[in-house]
Amino acid sequence: MIEFFAARVYYLVSFLLLGVGTYMMIGSPNLVKKVIGMNVFQTGIFLFFIVIAFVEGASPPLLTAPAPYVSPLPHVLILTAIVVGVSLTAVALGLIVRIYDEYGTLNEEAIQKVVGDD
Amino acid sequence: MTDLPALLVAAPLVGSVVVMLAGLVRSESGWPVAAVASLVQTGIAAALAVRAFGPDPVRYVVGGFDAPFGIELVVDGVSATMAVLVAVVALGVLGYARAAGPRSNAFYATYLLLVAGLSGMSVTGDVFNMYVFLEITGLAAYALVASGEGGRSARAALKYLLVGTIGASLFLLGIGFAYVATGTLNMADLSTQLAAVGYASPLVQASFGLLVVGLFVKIAVFPVHTWQPAAYAGAPDSVSALISALVSTIAAYALIRLVFTVFTVDFLLTNAFAQTVLIAGAIVSIVVGSVLAVAQQEVKRMLAYSSVSQFGLVVGAIAVANGTALTGAVIHLVGHAIMKGGLFLTSGLVASATGARTVDDYRGLAERFSAGAAVFGVLALAMVGVPPAIGFVGKWYIALGAVEAGSWPLAVVILGSTLLTLAYFARIIERMFFREPATDTTTDTPLVTDGEGSEAGGSDADPSVVSVGMQTTVLLAAVLAIVLGVAAFEYGQLLEPTIERLLA
Repeated sequence: MIEFFAARVYYLVSFLLLGVGTYMMIGSPNLVKKVIGMNVFQTGIFLFFIVIAFVEGASPPLLTAPAPYVSPLPHVLILTAIVVGVSLTAVALGLIVRIYDEYGTLNEEAIQKVVGDD
Repeated sequence: MTDLPALLVAAPLVGSVVVMLAGLVRSESGWPVAAVASLVQTGIAAALAVRAFGPDPVRYVVGGFDAPFGIELVVDGVSATMAVLVAVVALGVLGYARAAGPRSNAFYATYLLLVAGLSGMSVTGDVFNMYVFLEITGLAAYALVASGEGGRSARAALKYLLVGTIGASLFLLGIGFAYVATGTLNMADLSTQLAAVGYASPLVQASFGLLVVGLFVKIAVFPVHTWQPAAYAGAPDSVSALISALVSTIAAYALIRLVFTVFTVDFLLTNAFAQTVLIAGAIVSIVVGSVLAVAQQEVKRMLAYSSVSQFGLVVGAIAVANGTALTGAVIHLVGHAIMKGGLFLTSGLVASATGARTVDDYRGLAERFSAGAAVFGVLALAMVGVPPAIGFVGKWYIALGAVEAGSWPLAVVILGSTLLTLAYFARIIERMFFREPATDTTTDTPLVTDGEGSEAGGSDADPSVVSVGMQTTVLLAAVLAIVLGVAAFEYGQLLEPTIERLLA
């Protein structure tokens, strides 16, 4: 049982991050913490991709290095996904600044009280 | 001429940059540049569509890297339809937005970015590329929703962003599972490799589940639709029209592409459970979306919940997975985009002319603003599915497909959905045509209210802001909804080779 989990510890950690991120987004009333939760969630997925490229004892994908090689494709994909994640965080933080200007608070429940259910 | 698929995506992207740069020189230049870019885009899409309806899809290799390794653009009949739809609707809404919409250059630049993302999603033949375009679409849509005034649109946009990002991330995770199983990202290659791995493999099943759930969020199928009413109601009128007409539509197109090009019908046959879940999701969406729509007071929120129900129909058609239903799904996607976009534009027009934003405000609208009431009535009846409007043709094909497949619960709900749609549109039609204006009754609020709803559109009720462009666009949408209905059966035959290839 322990070996089963020990061999898959990276996958466990990345899916644990997905859970933690989801919980932060749902559980925390603070809008900035919700965005951080979103980032944690995405990081879990990034780590998942990095883990699937890992090959025991392999070298980087260079012609001069001996085979077997690590697959470079997931890393390239994740670079793109990280850029997307940064852009999303930027837009989210911009929106949060506007919400703070408007309502003077970052607490979702407090805003809900002011505007009613919308 | 052979670079058309790439130019389709490049034209709005370049236009977006040009709008920003031109804005540095002259602040008034945004609209003309956006209009030119949109016209070019429409031309390219039309030229592409002419070639794509042939016996083989148009294939384009990006950057000289061949298919399984590089990114491939593939345009078949369905993608060409979506590309033309995106271009035409974007052009139409642009005509409306000149007088009505937010006028800043940043708005037009983001607008073109959204069009680029949507066009990219329609023509790509690579699943990761599709994720990137999905996120471009999402980012542009969040920013556009936030372009309204006040805290309401910012809150709606943030909610949309958080929920939409979870959807897109699950989509990415699904791609990861498919990549682990096969080691490829090209759609055509994936479909053969997935078949080799075996459709009963847990990796393949998990990948399908994650991809479908991720797209369900973007399509706004019932339990994960919560971002949609807030986003549509909080955005400016031209933005809600564009987003309601295109964003969910292209997400539904992506679902068609994934289910039929990547996973194929055989996957659904092997995994009856997946098909059952799709059908159950469709049925729940159709019924609950309609019920929630009936409960709404604000017209734009009602239209948003109506979208939840209408996309339930499309998901149902995808789940049924036969040629008739799939033809119906494509026709209904086109029809819904024209009708729902037109309805949002009309509600914006009515709000500009009379200040009416709630269902009760629409009392006696036929007397006060007969043109608006007439167009709204026509589009609403088209949505219900009164022949010969396009809403009828789409539903007809989908219902026929469900009957052919022997999927009786779905067939009953689809036929009943006409009544459900009527349930929420009849309230408005009855108030518009068969009631006196509310001014002479004591119980109602005055016509020009600054209570609920006015926050979204800023200063309402100024007839002088209703421009010729706004009226023309709305009228065109109503005419198209009828004319396309007549042409749709011929279009269905034109689509046949493409559908056969999808189902093969």
